[in-house]
Parts: sequence; C-alpha cells; structure tokens
Amino acid sequence: MYAVIVGGGKAGANVARALLRMGHEVSIVEHRPTRFATLEAEFEHMARYGDGTELFVLEAAGTARADVCIAVTGDDEDNIIIGQLSRDHFGVANVVARVNDPRNQEHFDLLGIAPTVCATESILALIEHEVPQHSLVHLFSLRRENLDILEIGVVEGSRADGATVGELSIPDGSLVISVLRNRVGRVAHPDTLLAAGDQVVAIAEPGRESDLMEIFAGD
Amino acid sequence: MFVVVAGCGRVGASIAQSLIDDGHDVNVIDQNAEALGRLGDDFPGNFIQGPALETTVLERAEIERADAFVAATNGDNTNIVIAQVARDRYQVPFVIARVLDPSRAKFYAEQGLTTICPTRTAIEMMEGALRAFVAESAEDA
Repeated sequence: MYAVIVGGGKAGANVARALLRMGHEVSIVEHRPTRFATLEAEFEHMARYGDGTELFVLEAAGTARADVCIAVTGDDEDNIIIGQLSRDHFGVANVVARVNDPRNQEHFDLLGIAPTVCATESILALIEHEVPQHSLVHLFSLRRENLDILEIGVVEGSRADGATVGELSIPDGSLVISVLRNRVGRVAHPDTLLAAGDQVVAIAEPGRESDLMEIFAGD
Repeated sequence: MFVVVAGCGRVGASIAQSLIDDGHDVNVIDQNAEALGRLGDDFPGNFIQGPALETTVLERAEIERADAFVAATNGDNTNIVIAQVARDRYQVPFVIARVLDPSRAKFYAEQGLTTICPTRTAIEMMEGALRAFVAESAEDA
C-alpha cells in the first residue's frame, strides 16, 4: 500500500513509522523548514518539502497513485483542502483527516471528508467512559457507517434490570454487544442476564438513544 | 441586498464600502479588531470579530439571511472552505472566494465554486503589457 501523509508533526511522523514497519510505502509532506530537516534526517527521500495544499506538491509526492491520503496538519482548513484535492483531483480512494478544533468537525462532515480523528473528542469520550456523568455515553462514532458505539448503565427498576438480553425488545437499528460487570466485560448473547449497575455497550444508528434509554434507564 | 464579507483587508474592506455606497446592507467579519479601522468611521453595517471558519461567527454575521457571501480572508484554504460552507450549509445564493494560488483557483472553479484569482489577473496583465512593449520595439527596429 502507498500512503501520502501531509503534515509531519508527531502524528504524521508516527503514522509514517508505523506504516513503514508494516511494510508499506509512504511519503511525508512538510512545509516548515526546520521540521522538514528533522524528518529528512530520519525518512530520507520519503520526506518531501512543500505545502501539501498545493496541487504540484501533492502531484510530486505521487498522490495520484496513493491508496490513502492522511491529512494531519495542525490547520483544519488545510486538512479539508488536502482531503478534497486528493479525493477529487487525484482520485485517492481513502482519505483520513485530523480535526484539530472539534468545532470544525461539522465542516469535515458537510464536505464529506471522513473518517476523521479528533484528539479532544477522544479524550472527552475517555473521560466520560471513566467517570460517567450520564447514564448514556457516546464512546465512538463510525461516521462512514453512520453508527455510534454507546455505553449505557443499567438502572435499578428499569426494564433491563433482571431481564436477559433476548427478553428485551431492542429496537431495530441497534444491538447490544457487551456487558461489563465488576470490571469484567463479556460479549452479550440472548441469555445474558442483566442487573442494575451493569454497563452495557451497544452499537446503534444515530437517534436510537432515547429508545435505548427507555429500556436500560427506564426514563 | 444583504451581503456578508469575510476578511476585512484591503479587498474585503473596499468591497464592503462600495456595497454600502450602492445602498446595500453589509456585515463584515475579521479575526482582528483593528481591521475595523479600514472601514469608514460611519460604517453602518455590523463588524464581527472572530475566525470566519467558526459557524458561530458566521451566524453572528447573519449568514443565514445573506443574499451573497464574499470570502476574502488572507488564507486561500480558509476562503475555499468557508465559501463551500456558505453555499452548502447556509444555501447562500451567490458565493465568491478570493484564491491567490492559480491552480487551486482553477480546480475549485471546475468544481463549481466562483473563485477570483488576483495572481492570475496580475500574470495576464503583466504578460499583456510586456507583449505590447515587445511588439512596439519590433516595429521600431
């Protein structure tokens, strides 16, 4: 596989190292002169100097034959443009982009740049997972699939408390995948018995939250 | 007509002022408060300070009711992104973006975005002036 990585910061450089270890071919594009010198010392000819939002720079990096383009600069408007140029101009089938400011996520979504990775959102999801403030937490979004992975606490006296997974009429478009009890997680099956205090992980289409809350939290 | 202008540099400020002179309503966005100084003291429109990439800033500029949107910040990529946001998210009927890089300006124009490339214009005008000079010199010789 050939990957063009635009943005040679920590994220870009580490993605390049990992892909090289897996035996893939990479180019890493960077426009800051001092950062480029560091990258060139490590990646040699695979490091390419230039502004990766310029068509001729992407062209020289061989973007037209890339299997994936990874836009991980520190500027969201640049990552969007890199995504659009590699997809719409060079015909790259897979684009992965970094969202630096979560407020810009909606622009990536609007312009179809997906999948995206946002450190702030990931940290917030982890905090919610470790210290739940709500009985329903979004753990992860599979944007291309249009599915969310949710964690829901089983509340005492809810329909789920004392019922098996199979007895609950889980709404269409959602599925219980695991149950965490006393720090032990198990894959859910229809006979799995639920009790108050369990943390259930479900996969669901967006908009199923209230149906699931009714079953597990009873409100 | 109501127009939102993003970027209050020489280009943005001048466009905003001409629109006002023609009797239109204009709101202007710029990241720096000092940019307000480029508009006349009696500028009747609203000046919104903040990054035009943020939807809250665009909405404070009332982009939802804009008849036209001008993307003239000092960043090509910002202009291209906010022009698409104005067109696709807020359905602004007429959107125009200033893009200094000729190749990006051409590519996005092909994608249906109205782009203006001052670099391209400068190249054409200077080439034209040089050609005229060369032709004149050839006649003299």
